[in-house]
Amino acid sequence: MLKDLFTKNKKKKYATIPSDRDQQDVPEGLMTKCSGCKKIMYTKELQKNNKVCLHCGYHHQMTAYERIESLFEPGSFIEIDRNMLSVNPLGFPEYLEKLEKDKQKASMNEAVVTGTGKIEGYDVSVAIMDSHFRMGSMGSVVGEKITRAIEKAGELRIPFIIFTASGGARMQEGILSLMQMAKTSAALKMFSENGGLIISIMTHPTTGGVSASFASLGDINLAEPGALIGFAGRRIIEQTIHEELPEDFQTAEFLLKHGQLDAVISRTELKEKLVNILKIHVPGGEWV
Amino acid sequence: MIGDLEFERPITDLRKKIDELKELTKTADVDLTAEIQKLEKRLENLQDDIYKNMKPWDRVQVARHPNRPTTLDYIPQVFSDFLELHGDRYFGDDEAIVAGIATFEGIPVTVIGHQRGKDTKENIRRNFGMPHPEGYRKALRLMKQAEKFGRPVICFIDTKGAFPGKAAEERGQSEAIAKNIFEMAGLKVPIICIVIGEGGSGGALALGVGDRILMLENSTYSVISPEGAAALLWKDASQAKRAAETMKITAQDLLGLGIVDEIIPEAKGGAHKNDLKDQATAIKDSLKHSLNELLPLSTSEIVEQRYTKYKKIGKYEIEEERNLDRIKSV
Repeated sequence: MLKDLFTKNKKKKYATIPSDRDQQDVPEGLMTKCSGCKKIMYTKELQKNNKVCLHCGYHHQMTAYERIESLFEPGSFIEIDRNMLSVNPLGFPEYLEKLEKDKQKASMNEAVVTGTGKIEGYDVSVAIMDSHFRMGSMGSVVGEKITRAIEKAGELRIPFIIFTASGGARMQEGILSLMQMAKTSAALKMFSENGGLIISIMTHPTTGGVSASFASLGDINLAEPGALIGFAGRRIIEQTIHEELPEDFQTAEFLLKHGQLDAVISRTELKEKLVNILKIHVPGGEWV
Repeated sequence: MIGDLEFERPITDLRKKIDELKELTKTADVDLTAEIQKLEKRLENLQDDIYKNMKPWDRVQVARHPNRPTTLDYIPQVFSDFLELHGDRYFGDDEAIVAGIATFEGIPVTVIGHQRGKDTKENIRRNFGMPHPEGYRKALRLMKQAEKFGRPVICFIDTKGAFPGKAAEERGQSEAIAKNIFEMAGLKVPIICIVIGEGGSGGALALGVGDRILMLENSTYSVISPEGAAALLWKDASQAKRAAETMKITAQDLLGLGIVDEIIPEAKGGAHKNDLKDQATAIKDSLKHSLNELLPLSTSEIVEQRYTKYKKIGKYEIEEERNLDRIKSV
């Protein structure tokens, strides 16, 4: 009958929502599925391996604080300028709301964490970008914090290391964000003139204005495997040249092949290689 | 007039009407002189009104006008003894950037600028003024040469941006731009940059780090084109007009934000309506007094002042530490 049809339809509208208690049965985040090979593994083991897949070597994105934990001697990292906050210089619609949302979501104030710390005994100044906050985009705060971290390295005469992860300039700050490319590069130039060592480690993704400024200005430019690195977006290039791009276009490996990088280094070996570089750059060497 | 823009439509219409009346006075047996005079007065007022109240989007159109003077138009007017120098010594010669040596009021200088074409044929040769890495590397080679001989560097900025292409990426577009910005920041001679048309993002900044940044009245300078911003922010490229207003890209906006040091005036309606000589004279005047301020400075003063100039750019606030409990500590 017609009436039956309606009841049948009505029934279909219900979906099963697991109760809170059901959800607790499987602790959240116990297992993680690899974004590369789709295999499932214990989150703890993945964390222990610096978020590099145990099966296929896929590098999952790290937060800035995870990076710090994996790199520095415990308790040696001192953060600077974490109280520097973005404002809305152009009065851009919804910008402050977006910032607030990311502050909560990413538990950080801005897209870069800066400070000094010890890596196996070597003092360094670092800036670590985090793409979980506004895609790691660079506005006034990111530019200023990186500049101050470079100046700090200059003051203390220690190497400067930058981990980049950014979609580029932050549109909502317009020309001010573009000018951060000049500000940070000027600081690097001055640091470099005084003999300072700059190491850039490009992680996924490093594009646009960040790739076209400090990311490319290391004495040694490294990248993590599979990281997307480039100036213009893939879609824009395809539209411009009406040509399909190779699959590995703008990957770390592609850049290495074209002479744009010193080395592609797996995260599992990164610390060891960094220590190697730092050792070689101790003024006058270490006489044994 | 040919080449009039959308926002100038009322002026075009009125001018057409005046021309018709003039024609009528000649051919028919009526005297409309008084009427014509009245309309001409009104045309003048209308022009004042429209050109004084140009919206950012109107200026974008003027900055992109095909007849707008380019770097190579200005060079012979502003400088003497110009000799173009080619090539980056690594790969090729990128004609989207012209560069060379010249004298300005008797002083040796190095001149570098983006070069776009005015018609399709020239635009293909010049790649629409969108450089490849070799263009930026040529510019850098000549800046370092200028540094060696103590010559000031004058840069003309006029590009939609660095070329987004496969070959450009392969040859290190990012590195080329980054290296120019880096080296310009520390160059030991005065650098004056003049935005004469569009200043498009990193591709403009790669010739744009200097001691003085001057902008022609109707030029624009932005982190992304209005079309690009609209597509990115509102997923709709047709919102470009709105983006042009929101992004603050006009010379007047940039002066207000402290990015630009001086605005060089243009004729009513834009540089393409001016006599080229007059526009070049306005540029010359600005260059002259900028150089007058910079030439007496020592090398270290120049580099330090440039550093301070860029260090100051940016807006942020400092929050008290105790409010930061939500942030994880390590």
